[in-house]
Amino acid sequence: MFAIIRTAMVSLRRDRGALSLSFILPVVFFSIFAVIFGGRRDTTPKIRVLVVDEDHSRASGRLVQGLKQEGSLVVKTRPNPVNDIEQPEYTAATAETAVKEGTAPVAVIIPHGFGENPISFSPADTNRATIQLLKDSSDMIAPQMISGLLQKVAMTSMPDLMADQGSKYFDQSTGGLTREQRDRLNEGIRHLRERQESGASTSVPANEGGGIIAVKARAVVGENKNNPMVSFYAAAIGVMFLLFTASGSAGALLDEAESGTLDRVLSSRVTMTSLLLGKLTYNSLLAFSQLVVMFLWGWAVFKLDFWSHIPGFMVMGVCTSVAVASFGMLLASICRTRAQLGALSTLVILIMSSIGGSMFPRFLMPEAMQKAGLLTINAWAIDGFTKIFWRDEPISHLWPQVLVLVAIAIALFLIARRVARRWEVA
Amino acid sequence: MTCDTSLPLRIDALVKHFGQVNAVDGITLELRSGECLGLLGPNGAGKSTLIRSIVGRVIPDAGTILIFGAKADSTAARSTLGWVPQELALYPRLTCRENLRAFGRYHGLSGPVLEQAVARCLGWSTLTDRADELVKNLSGGMKRRLNMAAGLIHQPKLVLMDEPTVGVDPQSRHNIFEMIEKLRGEGMSLIYTTHYMEEAERLCDRIAIVDHGKIIALGTSEELVHNAFGTRSQVLVHFGGSPERVIPWVAARGGQTTDGIAQFTIAHPVEIASLLEDSAKAGLELVDVSLRKPNLESVFLHLTGRELRD
Repeated sequence: MFAIIRTAMVSLRRDRGALSLSFILPVVFFSIFAVIFGGRRDTTPKIRVLVVDEDHSRASGRLVQGLKQEGSLVVKTRPNPVNDIEQPEYTAATAETAVKEGTAPVAVIIPHGFGENPISFSPADTNRATIQLLKDSSDMIAPQMISGLLQKVAMTSMPDLMADQGSKYFDQSTGGLTREQRDRLNEGIRHLRERQESGASTSVPANEGGGIIAVKARAVVGENKNNPMVSFYAAAIGVMFLLFTASGSAGALLDEAESGTLDRVLSSRVTMTSLLLGKLTYNSLLAFSQLVVMFLWGWAVFKLDFWSHIPGFMVMGVCTSVAVASFGMLLASICRTRAQLGALSTLVILIMSSIGGSMFPRFLMPEAMQKAGLLTINAWAIDGFTKIFWRDEPISHLWPQVLVLVAIAIALFLIARRVARRWEVA
Repeated sequence: MTCDTSLPLRIDALVKHFGQVNAVDGITLELRSGECLGLLGPNGAGKSTLIRSIVGRVIPDAGTILIFGAKADSTAARSTLGWVPQELALYPRLTCRENLRAFGRYHGLSGPVLEQAVARCLGWSTLTDRADELVKNLSGGMKRRLNMAAGLIHQPKLVLMDEPTVGVDPQSRHNIFEMIEKLRGEGMSLIYTTHYMEEAERLCDRIAIVDHGKIIALGTSEELVHNAFGTRSQVLVHFGGSPERVIPWVAARGGQTTDGIAQFTIAHPVEIASLLEDSAKAGLELVDVSLRKPNLESVFLHLTGRELRD
């Protein structure tokens, strides 16, 4: 038995691929998941929310101010400056467009007349103005959180209005206060207002189920989707497996080098560049076919709206396929053996997939991780497919993703070609 | 050096180092039209490096190689050159026909010309009835034959065969010999590397004995033997007892010992008697004795002090 243990240990020690998979991969993954879900306060993702104040009343101003003071939110009332020129404030229309484009998962529209009757203790109150919450359904967390925070902020930023409104209800139900009682109450409300406006806000825990301000949520992205996350996962999982297939398929190059077939091919009229381009084209077609099968399955089984997005799918499918094929070519040209390729590709692809959004949406990740994700093919491909299938954006909006994926494809292929010189001649 | 376009191959002062190893060390060689030249040498002698240099898969450190007057790695050279590598350089998941088509296309063949070439190569390698069999399902000998056919798909004028009979059974080896003899009958120029003396003697017009990256002898089989031994014969004696006693005695008598067999070169058979008498006086135990004409193996041993298959 000890002989068997000893033999296995020696074999493992000499198989660097297996060794790295056994020890490095779990540690790397543990670290990635720990950063994402470990609750490190400094890296907790903040939710971007667009706020449109159509009312410009004291109440609406205090609500906006209250939202801005929430540490978990990044409140934007206007787009970022363009060429140092301040942009106009969001309107309901521009905020809706911005949510559709993915600038933020939620927009809060405070309508005209909100300040006249901002809060109400009766859900049946028809006089109060309703705040609109425009949401992107792909983010299932942000709209819920904003909805709750609105109620909390209403309580913490407008205690005077709450008291005022409360006294009105009291008047209605009890027949009114005496003059002396009314004066005292008004004095208390004035004190609350002054305290609030002087910035001495109290930190009252949120009462998310309160409902003292009327909020109506409306999905502006994905509202007509049968199954909201299917398109996301079709792209996310698809890209990850494309990467695995591409590296495996590119590994044929290693088999051919080992068997001597590559030598024989290169002794014919075929040059290394044309050989690699041939392999790249084949691997791209293979990857594209995989994507087609994946999305057709999504259409057939999960009612993914495939047929009305064919042009966008073609653009993103081709770019993604060429990028993953180039990635596979690079890995294959770097590695000396199939075993090395297996280990390296598993390591790199799983890391890319975890930070690039193939395993869980990037908007759930800390900001630093979201930015790191942009170094991966996964993130750009998923963003592109999401634009088409989720946001119904026109093809012209895909230019950043197309540009980056094509650039990645060219860069990786050129590096692969350079590394492949080792096979050309001894 | 003149650029003779009728000469299939001309190599001049070729040098190739791999680190500290001189794989090819100043080889100069010419192959005549329609000639089969054997490169005979043990493993690691530099035969494959020489072949790979001719094919353009190894860049020499010095020297020149001209194939029908064209530089070795030029397109012109590639189109006239066929290479049968030592490895089974085939696609295992393709059929015989698909493999030949693939390599034909790599050499620029297409359409009816390609199909004719495929049919010709299948016929030559006697694989026509297995044309649609996957390569991975073929026997070792069949794979070897297809490996050769793939190197000839574009009808080259010069063919390099790098140990094409490695690992095949006697029957398959015989088939391969017949294939090569057919090519020879068609007047094709061939370079054939092997470490099997019998193959070189059977197939080759001239033989170059290669060792440590150099050609140490070149000529016909008879010339090589005659140059090394003249009219002398070899006596092979098997002595029993301790090698520590046998080897010094054999060396003192001008012989060599390999695998426990002492070899002596004698001018006349009568010398055997005095040899045996001396060994008896030295107290050596005689087990067996035989007389033979020297062959290429003997030449190699004579020139290098080692056996061909060391």
